[in-house]
Amino acid sequence: MSTNIPVSGAAQSHEMYSLRVNGLVHEVEDAWIGESLLYVLRERLGLPGAKGACEQGECGSCTVIVDSKAVCSCLVMAADAVDTEILTVEGLGPDGALTDVQSAFLSEGGVQCGFCTPGFIVAVHHLLENNPQPSDDEIRESLSGNICRCTGYGRILEAVRTVADQRRQNS
Amino acid sequence: MSSTVVSTGTRPGTLGTSASRPDGVAKVQGGFAFSSDMWADNMLWGATLRSPHPYARIVSIDVSGAYAIDGVATVITADDVPGKLTYGLIVQDQPVFAAIGDTVRYSGEPIAAVAADHPETCQRALAAIKVVYEVLTPVTDPEDCVSGIAEQIHPDGNIFRHQRIISGDTTIVGAIQVEGTYEIGMQDQAFLGLESALAVPDSGGNGLEMYVATQWLHEDRKQIADCLNIPEENIRLVLGGVGGAFGAREDISLQVHTALLAMKSGRPVRISYGREESFYGHVHRHPAKIWMKHHADSNGKIVKIESRMVFDGGAYCSTSPAVLVNGITHTQGPYKCDNAVVDGWAVRTNNPPCGAMRGFGVVQACFAHESQMEKLAAATGLSPVEIRLLNAMETGDRMITGQIMDSVAPVAQCIRETDAIPMPPPMSSSADLRTIPGGTGLTAQPSNIRRGVGWGVSIKNLMYSEGFDDYSTARCRISDGVVTIKFATSEVGQGFTMLAQQIARTVLGVDDVFLDTIDTQVGSAGSTSASRQTWMSGGAVQAACRAALEKLFDHIAAKNSMNRSELEIEGTDIVDRLTGLRVAVHAAIEGVDIDCTEEYHHPATEDMDENGQGNCHVAYAFVAHRAVVDVDPELGLVKVVQIATAQDVGRVLNPLSAMGQLEGGIAQGLGLAVMEEIIVKDGKVRNPSFTDYLLPTFLDVPTVEMVFIEEHEPKSPLGAKGIGEPPCISVTPAIANAIRQAVGRDLPRVPIRPYDICL
Repeated sequence: MSTNIPVSGAAQSHEMYSLRVNGLVHEVEDAWIGESLLYVLRERLGLPGAKGACEQGECGSCTVIVDSKAVCSCLVMAADAVDTEILTVEGLGPDGALTDVQSAFLSEGGVQCGFCTPGFIVAVHHLLENNPQPSDDEIRESLSGNICRCTGYGRILEAVRTVADQRRQNS
Repeated sequence: MSSTVVSTGTRPGTLGTSASRPDGVAKVQGGFAFSSDMWADNMLWGATLRSPHPYARIVSIDVSGAYAIDGVATVITADDVPGKLTYGLIVQDQPVFAAIGDTVRYSGEPIAAVAADHPETCQRALAAIKVVYEVLTPVTDPEDCVSGIAEQIHPDGNIFRHQRIISGDTTIVGAIQVEGTYEIGMQDQAFLGLESALAVPDSGGNGLEMYVATQWLHEDRKQIADCLNIPEENIRLVLGGVGGAFGAREDISLQVHTALLAMKSGRPVRISYGREESFYGHVHRHPAKIWMKHHADSNGKIVKIESRMVFDGGAYCSTSPAVLVNGITHTQGPYKCDNAVVDGWAVRTNNPPCGAMRGFGVVQACFAHESQMEKLAAATGLSPVEIRLLNAMETGDRMITGQIMDSVAPVAQCIRETDAIPMPPPMSSSADLRTIPGGTGLTAQPSNIRRGVGWGVSIKNLMYSEGFDDYSTARCRISDGVVTIKFATSEVGQGFTMLAQQIARTVLGVDDVFLDTIDTQVGSAGSTSASRQTWMSGGAVQAACRAALEKLFDHIAAKNSMNRSELEIEGTDIVDRLTGLRVAVHAAIEGVDIDCTEEYHHPATEDMDENGQGNCHVAYAFVAHRAVVDVDPELGLVKVVQIATAQDVGRVLNPLSAMGQLEGGIAQGLGLAVMEEIIVKDGKVRNPSFTDYLLPTFLDVPTVEMVFIEEHEPKSPLGAKGIGEPPCISVTPAIANAIRQAVGRDLPRVPIRPYDICL
């Protein structure tokens, strides 16, 4: 194939930077500069909650929050996320406790294989923070970037409705 | 086993309740270990070099460039396969790697694999391997294989199977005849959790432990052992977390490659496919072309069906012979029919290999027969519901294979219950843009939109067929107050682990049930496919628990002077029916050591004879679907508004889980109806990505209104039928029929593309 490719292993590059994830600073050492945020979270920082399923921002399995925005971490270069606040599914619940969204996904049957689930959980938290009482159409639209192949979305819709109702009653 | 009560209990976590998933908390918190999350010290990454050509002779392979790259540990080719050079589920005709002098037979066929210190290093190593090809003209038209004019592209020939069904009086001619030729595109299972495996070699170099996302651990182990030329017992296969399957994990993909890299390098190796490679790495749903002609009497009663089916199996056999038989044996659908002439072929081409996908051959047949039923309704002047009720199959009917329908067969009830579900309100002139065809693209004018209603009804066989004994095994241990269940059943998301706990809680009267690791340290469970695990592995878990309970009764009767033959489980107590004496199960199992392993086998089936006659299937399930769609005929845009369904489930074991199976299957059937297709041109996949292979999103899948038809199936150990496949089968023609009704076109092919509607 191409002769332009340098004949050296990717792991030979030694980039160092730090990322702030779930409120903690993580040093990233010996990284290749081409690594995505998804790869670094999963393979270097021990945070496998974000999942890779399409590598082009179509499925939402890798959704994380970067500076209050929901993003596909497969499309963000890790080294580009320096000086941001990154929130992953692992950072949502305090001290291992389930959040209301996580509980509702379980009680309403929104989980089957679970591969899309962490991305959905992050996306639903983001949705409800920005729109606490979404209509069904708003739920569908705002989560249309997260693909689920198992559930057909019905139980996930129910889970989001449940959390919105609970939050309204509690407020 | 009169002493055991399997009742629909209200005790939390028992059968009939929406029990909690044992893997649920880990899945919502992101801690559940999918196979792609597996990691080992000193682990290398593996990657596969694949052919860009659908048909080419390999002149030479030079891997020296890969070895020159820092960080590359190992490169393997066909020369490094110590055992069997091929694998395959039914016929082992697929090379582990295409060898020099041999041909590659599909675009994406593996040629070499590398292991290196970083995924990026792997990609550079693959790019440095030089392969010289002599490019050949691919065989891409299945009809050329049927007619025999195609070049033979494999030593086994180009026909995987040819099977006919000749039934009854083939000379009968109906007063009403309708016919059509239908096409089904190549659908992808598109599970989200990409293929991944981690192989860890034993320190002695004689075997390995492997974590893999698969549907059938024992079958994988057999094929891996054959290719590695080591005894099966030297391989421990552990189920890595599975992110969906839908048939695509039945065949070997990366298992042998990963194992070979680990054995050769002496280090743990993980291969994790990306999405594009996944499209090349697993089999797809067979594209098919089906001609069907229905003969009916003047009242609309079907008197004969003629059909010809051609399934394109692609380059390697996989399960093509079984898919074909499923297709042809379901020609009649859920309708009475005495006379039939069916001819079916599954052929080899240089297109991507096809095999198992949810619905397994029946999806294709159903699209044809339900398209035909719509034509028959029109020809007789009956409504879609009337024509289907008139012909609805019942228990005791003789099918075109000669098999007597001995499953519960509530076809008419499925249709009536579906028909009774209220229709959605008409589209309002002020409808939210998100709910109309084209959505917020603002392309459709509400005044142009037409509504259509369509029906689909289906029959699906359960379990494996044609004499195959796809048994399942389970082990129940009671040790010092702890109940542990072990099985090798692949949990792919469907919730079998939850069901196993429900069964154990119900049978044994305990609340806490531990699940052992899912691996090959217990007998085979068969595959998580063919809607079979609730029936088969559910049967095995129930049998193991019942065997353990009998031993517990022996023990407790002797210890407490209870009447052994009068003991039964009532809630969480063991009760002596004669004396009323009761002992709490949790107390009874303290200090007890019981260990029971049981197999569950379904009733034997038979091969078909040359005329397609024989009791080849174990059991059947039924479902009806009604689709309501809105269509913009000028732009060809479709919005599915509502799916109504009534499904024959036997018995609901877990309501939430059952709902999830129906809704999820319907979404996949919707995908096949209007958007999902692997586009193959000249043997090459043109859309191997989620950007170009469209999947139903939250906005595409409508509300599903469902009814469960619960008539317990006497043949089933739990009274329940498998429910995974039926939802995706007849919803596709239901949607197609609804679009046809809305726009008045034939639309003989799915997926129905915008230009099929508007041009």
